[in-house]
Amino acid sequence: MRRKSYRLDATGLAALIGRLHEQGYAVYGPRVDDDALHWRRIRSVEDLPRGWTQELAPARARLVPDSSGGLFHHWTCAEGLKAMLHLPLVRVMAARRENGAFRILHNPPPAAKCAFFGARPCDLAALAILDRVLLGDRYVDDIYRARRENAFLVAVHCTESAPTCFCASLGTGPRARSGFDIALAEFAEAGEPEYFAEAGSPAGIDLLEACGAQPAPPEMARQVEQACTRAAGAQKRSVNAHAAPALIDALFESPHWDRVARRCLACGNCTMVCPTCFCVNYEDRNSLDGQEAERWRLWDSCFSQSFTYIHGGSVRTSLKSRYRQWLSHKLARWQAQFGTPGCTGCGRCIVWCPVGIDITQEFQELQAAAAAAAPPRE
Amino acid sequence: MSSDGRKPRIAVFKFASCDGCQLSLLDAEDELLAVAGAVDIAYFPEASRRMEKGPYDIVLVEGSITTHHDAEAIQRIRRQAKTLVTIGACATAGGIQALRNWHDTAEWVRLVYAKPDFISTLKTSTPVAEHVPVDFELRGCPINKHQLLELIAATLAGRKPNIPAYSLCIECKRRGNTCVMVAAGTPCLGPVTQAGCGAICPSMRRGCYGCFGPMESANAPSLASQFRVLGASREEVDRAFRSYNGWSWPFRRVFEEAPKP
Ligand code: SF4
Ligand code: SF4
Repeated sequence: MRRKSYRLDATGLAALIGRLHEQGYAVYGPRVDDDALHWRRIRSVEDLPRGWTQELAPARARLVPDSSGGLFHHWTCAEGLKAMLHLPLVRVMAARRENGAFRILHNPPPAAKCAFFGARPCDLAALAILDRVLLGDRYVDDIYRARRENAFLVAVHCTESAPTCFCASLGTGPRARSGFDIALAEFAEAGEPEYFAEAGSPAGIDLLEACGAQPAPPEMARQVEQACTRAAGAQKRSVNAHAAPALIDALFESPHWDRVARRCLACGNCTMVCPTCFCVNYEDRNSLDGQEAERWRLWDSCFSQSFTYIHGGSVRTSLKSRYRQWLSHKLARWQAQFGTPGCTGCGRCIVWCPVGIDITQEFQELQAAAAAAAPPRE
Repeated sequence: MSSDGRKPRIAVFKFASCDGCQLSLLDAEDELLAVAGAVDIAYFPEASRRMEKGPYDIVLVEGSITTHHDAEAIQRIRRQAKTLVTIGACATAGGIQALRNWHDTAEWVRLVYAKPDFISTLKTSTPVAEHVPVDFELRGCPINKHQLLELIAATLAGRKPNIPAYSLCIECKRRGNTCVMVAAGTPCLGPVTQAGCGAICPSMRRGCYGCFGPMESANAPSLASQFRVLGASREEVDRAFRSYNGWSWPFRRVFEEAPKP
């Protein structure tokens, strides 16, 4: 099916946000806050990070002034959409003792309608992965579902890539192919920015047409395609996920894991910022008088020792076993479990690791170790 | 409630410390009545004149062991305690006063006191667990009142307290903070420090000072090298690790194992 595509000027773009508000959406977009870009409420285009771009490298993220005039001359927010849809901290239940019985006081409130304005292709890919994990099996995560079903997604294609991006090698970007209501590409070269807008849903079509979007000239679509292809070609990092399962099996005992374990802090930052890491823990709490109880759900991390605690102790006590578990799950085991790798190539784990451990480099070194260990061909 | 139906008896003892951790308990004004309703506070000189003899169900110990008298007293206290919980960096790691452990204490006593003969002290400041078995350690300088209340509530309900041993980063990220190391180049002890304070300093864009001591599998040498990459001098790195929890081995190894320039 050919998608309907439109051309939108800056006024039309501003109108999109306004209409979303009118339709009752809480609109979120990338916003400069606390020295970084975060998903925050936006009232209008003015709240988007015009005048700012990002410098991203292992263990380093900086906001720097930008003169492009574009609203989207940046890449990812510090957190994935996971933070908005699969909440870090949520009270799932409260109860009180009453006349010798047990009364449930609270259930999670119905989720608000949220629109995400400026999601990147890797953000969409991460939602597709979370959908598979949290909605695609017998046990459905109701908290996620309530928020997910109400989400309206306005994506932005990446016409440039950051040095830490490797979505091209995983086929998740830099051009969004699915999973959006509207996908935009920004042309900010000549003064006032202009937008190429694709509708990915009937709601997207209605919204665009209500905002005065005109059919896009074919030339515009070609330019977007070319820019995204160029961006993909410029990516220096990559992961060959097809090779991952056999490689991880073969190198389970490789000394390489010891090397990375000397640097890894087991701090868990990589799992917190990863848009697809979904693990949670539950905590029961009670009031001092024993009359009230609550159950909370919190993001957990496979880097914590308690994560594998069973009777008698933890299974993964060494740093090496925990890092190995994480990389193996992301790139290899996830494929057998859920049909795709658990990685989108967003690069967050590379940027936000305090010591700059780079999953693509670790993977490349494993491949080199495997090649060196392979018997020479006859 | 214990099996015979009486309220559990609690005692609070203090050794070398600033009293800040006991104040965290007094600070829990809103909850204190509930605490007093749920337990029998049998011995807590900082709060009450009532000083009843042991044995006690729960004993909270603040402070480090720095004198011969302390070293004997903690043995007696242990014998009176069904459950012994140490509270704060002094009791769990020796505290800031453990700085003496790397110096000549006698020399310091001569420098500081007009009549050094009156001073009787050990050469070291050590955590309670180096002297007697400890059932649970509450970290922090000072401890977090929510953790203390959680510990009491969990003990009363007979469940395991929700007091994680993982890194502060997990708590910091759940809060939605920007990492101060990555976004501003500020050295932060969070990745090797145990969660529990609520990530107070990073929320104010300061690096973590490590008040809660080493997390379960702290890789301090790796973080120390990263501090050097960020431009900290050898001395600055040593000072960062040698503070309230400096005597705990996971931090201490940073400056004791490092080659001297
Ligand atoms: S890889 Fe980096 S972010 Fe992840 S646990 Fe190790 S040190 Fe922390
Ligand atoms: S593993 Fe790293 S690059 Fe892959 S999706 Fe997670 S954070 Fe992004």
